[in-house]
Amino acid sequence: MSDRTPFKPRDWDSHPPYLYPDYKSTALRAPRKPLVPLAPSLSELTGPVFGHDSLGPLDHDLTRNAAKEGEPLGERIIVTGRVLDEDGRPVPQTLVEIWQANAAGRYLHKVDQHPAPLDPNFLGAGRCLTDDAGRYRFVTIKPGAYPWGNHPNAWRPNHIHFSLFGPSLATRLVTQMYFPGDPLLALDPIFQGTPAAARDRLIAAFSLEVTEPEWALGYGFDIVLRGRAATPMEG
Amino acid sequence: MPKQTPSQTVGPYFAYGLTPEQYGYAFSSIAGGVLAAEAGDGERIRIEGRVLDGAGAAVSDAMVEVWQADGQGRYAHPADPRSSNARFRGFGRVGTGTDPEHRFVFETVKPGASGEGQAPHVNLVLFLRGLLSHAYTRIYFSDEAEANAADAVLAAVPAERRATLIAARADTGGTPLYRFDIRLQGDRETVFFDV
Repeated sequence: MSDRTPFKPRDWDSHPPYLYPDYKSTALRAPRKPLVPLAPSLSELTGPVFGHDSLGPLDHDLTRNAAKEGEPLGERIIVTGRVLDEDGRPVPQTLVEIWQANAAGRYLHKVDQHPAPLDPNFLGAGRCLTDDAGRYRFVTIKPGAYPWGNHPNAWRPNHIHFSLFGPSLATRLVTQMYFPGDPLLALDPIFQGTPAAARDRLIAAFSLEVTEPEWALGYGFDIVLRGRAATPMEG
Repeated sequence: MPKQTPSQTVGPYFAYGLTPEQYGYAFSSIAGGVLAAEAGDGERIRIEGRVLDGAGAAVSDAMVEVWQADGQGRYAHPADPRSSNARFRGFGRVGTGTDPEHRFVFETVKPGASGEGQAPHVNLVLFLRGLLSHAYTRIYFSDEAEANAADAVLAAVPAERRATLIAARADTGGTPLYRFDIRLQGDRETVFFDV
């Protein structure tokens, strides 16, 4: 497959629709007109390329990258997995960015007014590049659940936000990783807005193999980006 | 074969992770609103606009990314065989939460046309709370009427909606300014592409 082979379309049996009434913010923010088809061009077959120069040495370790006077509180975890395309090929050397709440369910964001404590040793943001096998690895703290205003007594399940580029603008993806067995998943309109058959792909798997004895629990979470279509772009 | 991982909304709290320097958090940013700080090959321009919801209110928690060719129409990417301006990556990322009017602002160079039958344009990707999957659009330029008329992508857009993709140029004496508001809904809803 050449660099100029277009990508398979976004699979709308996998992605949430723009309008999902149970998630109230979609009402005034979801585009209502149909998407306009676009013939593949260099504009979408290309995309920003990031290298190690974009990374600091501790960017992948959220337990250390903002530590001031000690370690952040909470349950230390390792989150790792592979970034693949739809043909199962690894996506190497691509930027993965994450952000999350702290162990108490509080985001270090001026807009978050949830009265849970901030952690002076935790920012909650990290990033890394995948290796040649498409593998990424973060060390962090298990994020807490937190309340939000979507409906009475609404709580978001524990989750980590992920942002990925892949090889082109067409493969861009922002998503969320959830944790297995969380009772809030069944009540969360953002998770439930995802087509039912695709929801499991958002849930990490506990992994004893990834777990490091006497130190941190491990979770595996593979991410699949759009693959290449069969036919190269003309010209 | 594996299937695509579903998109989820970027949510309201992306700033300290994705646009930390702009918002004053102690973490470095991989990109910001300045794509070109010095005169290189191409005309220096400023692009600014707002993201308007269905009630016409400016969205204060959107993230806007732009991706563009350099002043000669070359993308800084291996799929573009022409070697581009090495100092111009062509990527910008801004949140709408720090400007009092919730504008996004990019300082860049006007891109050249990247191929036959294509007018100069900037590719834009939009993320926001309440948007479960990101949206793609393009910024074209009002002073490129001839090239716009010959552009295959614009030609495929229903004629009455094309104006939503064209940024209006204002020459105010300094750096030329292009205004590009994104309307999420309504009669003048911006064209979003099925990229």
